[in-house]
Amino acid sequence: MSSLLLDSTTLNRTITRMAHEIAERNPAGADLAIVGIQAGGVFLAQRLAQQLAVILGHPVPTGLLDASLHRDDLDQRTAPLLRATEIPFDVTGRTIVLVDDVLFSGRTTRAALDALHDFGRPRRVQLAVLVDRGHRELPIRADFVGKNVPTSRTQRVEVSFLEDGGNDTVTLQQLQP
Amino acid sequence: MTWNRRHLLDLQSLSPQELTLILDTARHFKALGERPKKKVPALLGKTVINLFVEPSTRTRISFELAAVRLSADVINFTAEASSLKKGETLKDTIRNLEALQADFVILRHNASGAPHFLSRFAKAHIVNGGDGAHEHPTQGLLDTFTIREKKGRLDGLNVTILGDILYSRVARSNLWALVKLGANVTLCGPPTLVPKQLESFHPNVRVTWRLEEALRNADVINLLRIQHERQRVTMFPSTGEYAALFGLNPARMQWVKPDALIMHPGPINRGIEIESELADGPQSVILEQVTNGLAVRMAVLFLLNGGRSSELGHP
Repeated sequence: MSSLLLDSTTLNRTITRMAHEIAERNPAGADLAIVGIQAGGVFLAQRLAQQLAVILGHPVPTGLLDASLHRDDLDQRTAPLLRATEIPFDVTGRTIVLVDDVLFSGRTTRAALDALHDFGRPRRVQLAVLVDRGHRELPIRADFVGKNVPTSRTQRVEVSFLEDGGNDTVTLQQLQP
Repeated sequence: MTWNRRHLLDLQSLSPQELTLILDTARHFKALGERPKKKVPALLGKTVINLFVEPSTRTRISFELAAVRLSADVINFTAEASSLKKGETLKDTIRNLEALQADFVILRHNASGAPHFLSRFAKAHIVNGGDGAHEHPTQGLLDTFTIREKKGRLDGLNVTILGDILYSRVARSNLWALVKLGANVTLCGPPTLVPKQLESFHPNVRVTWRLEEALRNADVINLLRIQHERQRVTMFPSTGEYAALFGLNPARMQWVKPDALIMHPGPINRGIEIESELADGPQSVILEQVTNGLAVRMAVLFLLNGGRSSELGHP
């Protein structure tokens, strides 16, 4: 059982609006960089960076960050599959926009903040998420939200991007009890 | 593919998928080692005990640094300084270490099977750091990692292991990992150290006592150290004769493919297994093996630290 939250047109419009909000909040623009959290945030980060480059008129440095090694539950679950971290710029002094597809408990964001700080001291960090589904377990909030979706814990938000072999949609699925 | 084991005792019992998961995980730890900040909090609050009943420096240092880079606390425990010398049994030693809340015990022991014995009752994760002439799993993993990284694959590669095979736990762990991942293995050395029966190990393993035949199509040449200390009787007349018959020297490089890798687990006996100019030459990856060993050991500790799905209530 699943319901469509964002179709392809709405998803792309949402990403465009988020890019404009990021540009508006960071008028200087020159020290801005985008970092996608593995794995869900990577394609969204790339799309935001492309749109920001058009809006700002210059390329925006983009990186990938795997937060797995900074998780707080590593001995309570099977070891997570590690993914690449690539930060091809100096984060120190920059405004970093951390990007993830879904914001849920906030624990991945917490781990990502720690992982990011291993690379230096950003001037400020902002958080952009496509879907905020609530149920926070830590005092973390997003600066840029594509869509707020009230959910129950027995539901799952599925984000599907073309780049990942998907169809540019966001759906809400009911997990089997 | 998820990791579902509590201990790393040998490579014989691992599936090709499990071996590949360790190598893939190690790739990310190698990348971490190339960053300015090399330490992560993945094992923060965990205690790793290096229990080295048989002396070793390089393996112990590698495990110690791996644990430290993962933010674990490390205690080194060597036979000379321990109560094992006073007659304490290995089982009692482990119980005492567990009473100190050890989460991991890295065991190096001269008796084959010692880590398996401990794993039957230990609550801590047991990692085999080399047991007798049985296995040295992390060495097998780091050698396999090095080959895969340099050659891009293992399937179909021709790997020659040269030297003291009979007494070598390094050879045995390499053999298991290589054949499981599809490589062809040639074993070569003096007949007393390389018995023909080793061919019964796997259809992709062959034995030859002729060096030229062993070197001719090899993509990788792994030179094992002549272990004087492990030979109870003399297995060949002299190291001079060994060097003359089986040592790798510049003249014999004409038999070797120009892109073949030269490997050695160390410590090198220069002038016996290999001439210095080759050990330090462009085809040698001996020091990269040391770097890769650190990454592989971090991967092993990281994977073992995860819970098992059976304990977590899902399949």
